[in-house]
Amino acid sequence: MNNKSYWALIKNGIFAENPIFRVALSLCPAVAVTSGVKNGFLMGIAVLFVQTMVNVTISVIRNFIHPRVRIPSYMFVIATWVTVTDLLMAAFARDVYKQMGLYIQLIVAFAIILSRAELFASKNRVVPSFFDGLGMGIGFLFALVVISFFRELLGKGSIWGLHIVEFKPLLIMILPTGGFFAVGILMGLFNWIDIKFFGGTGASGGGH
Amino acid sequence: MENLFELFIAASLINNFVFTRYLGLCIFFGVTKKMETAIGMSVTFTAVMVISAALSWVIYKAIMIPLNLTFLKIVIFIGIVAGFVQAADTIMRKVSPGLYYKLGIYLALITTNCIILAVPLINAGEGYSFIQSLSFGLGSGVGFALALIIMASIRERLELADIPRSFQGLPIAFIVTGLIALAFLGFSGLITL
Repeated sequence: MNNKSYWALIKNGIFAENPIFRVALSLCPAVAVTSGVKNGFLMGIAVLFVQTMVNVTISVIRNFIHPRVRIPSYMFVIATWVTVTDLLMAAFARDVYKQMGLYIQLIVAFAIILSRAELFASKNRVVPSFFDGLGMGIGFLFALVVISFFRELLGKGSIWGLHIVEFKPLLIMILPTGGFFAVGILMGLFNWIDIKFFGGTGASGGGH
Repeated sequence: MENLFELFIAASLINNFVFTRYLGLCIFFGVTKKMETAIGMSVTFTAVMVISAALSWVIYKAIMIPLNLTFLKIVIFIGIVAGFVQAADTIMRKVSPGLYYKLGIYLALITTNCIILAVPLINAGEGYSFIQSLSFGLGSGVGFALALIIMASIRERLELADIPRSFQGLPIAFIVTGLIALAFLGFSGLITL
């Protein structure tokens, strides 16, 4: 593979198979940690790290895993890297970790990580797997930042904790309800762009 | 006793996993297209939830705390859940093929549900007793079942509604969930824990 196809793998993760807006996997964090840009960004970084490391690890050991026990083996690889991330976050980002520690630990159960491990890393060599993980992670990060940008701007009138507009914020946007609304409307918007400009079908993921 | 009841109500209504903690959304949107699948999932899920909460509690107290292994709780809990689901799958297939035919596919899906892992982690974090853990697990299961059934009944009607093309499917489901979450906010003053 050459540089161009690596770039294609990354682009695939950001646009064509964006984990949240297009494939609609791992929706929990899209609502749970996006009440502020900072939280959304750090969550995105954590997922980016785990996804990349899991893809690389599984690609390295793919020939040693018996196909019948592959899913449990992948779960243990993922759980190990999540533990690493969890301990790192607890050590270096204390204040954020207090707010979203539980969600960091739950990265284990994110369907997107297991599905990339199963669909891509178990069949490809190390370097392409690394770029696939990177692309998916960046796509995830991108989606979380977009959602949290709108929620923080409308709900608190600030971005990354800095006040920028002087109006009475719409409190509802940082409540759970607002999270569901924001994701729903953004998904609709992505579909609309897809139908209008790219001639897509507009059918967003099956929802699992 | 009162405390247990409060814990149950808190887990099922006030801190409903779907509507206030936003967990388990993948399955929530996946199985609520039809009432039948929603009910099948609710039953299977609640049973697995209670049993895996109990198993995790025993292993956490009896093995992990004495050996100072609490930092491995993510790896061990996911192992317990995955192992239990696999075992239940095999036993059900042998003992009760009829039940397996009905509920088997939901079992396989449960491993990727965040709630099933969140409950043991919260139990461990809060230091609940065995009975409290069971009550919390049961409350979470019932709360999830309630969410699935409410959503499935609404989505069956949405099929007939005239929705703009770009909002069909998931986007409108998200907005409906937002409205239900707004209603669940009303429970927040019910009990002060």
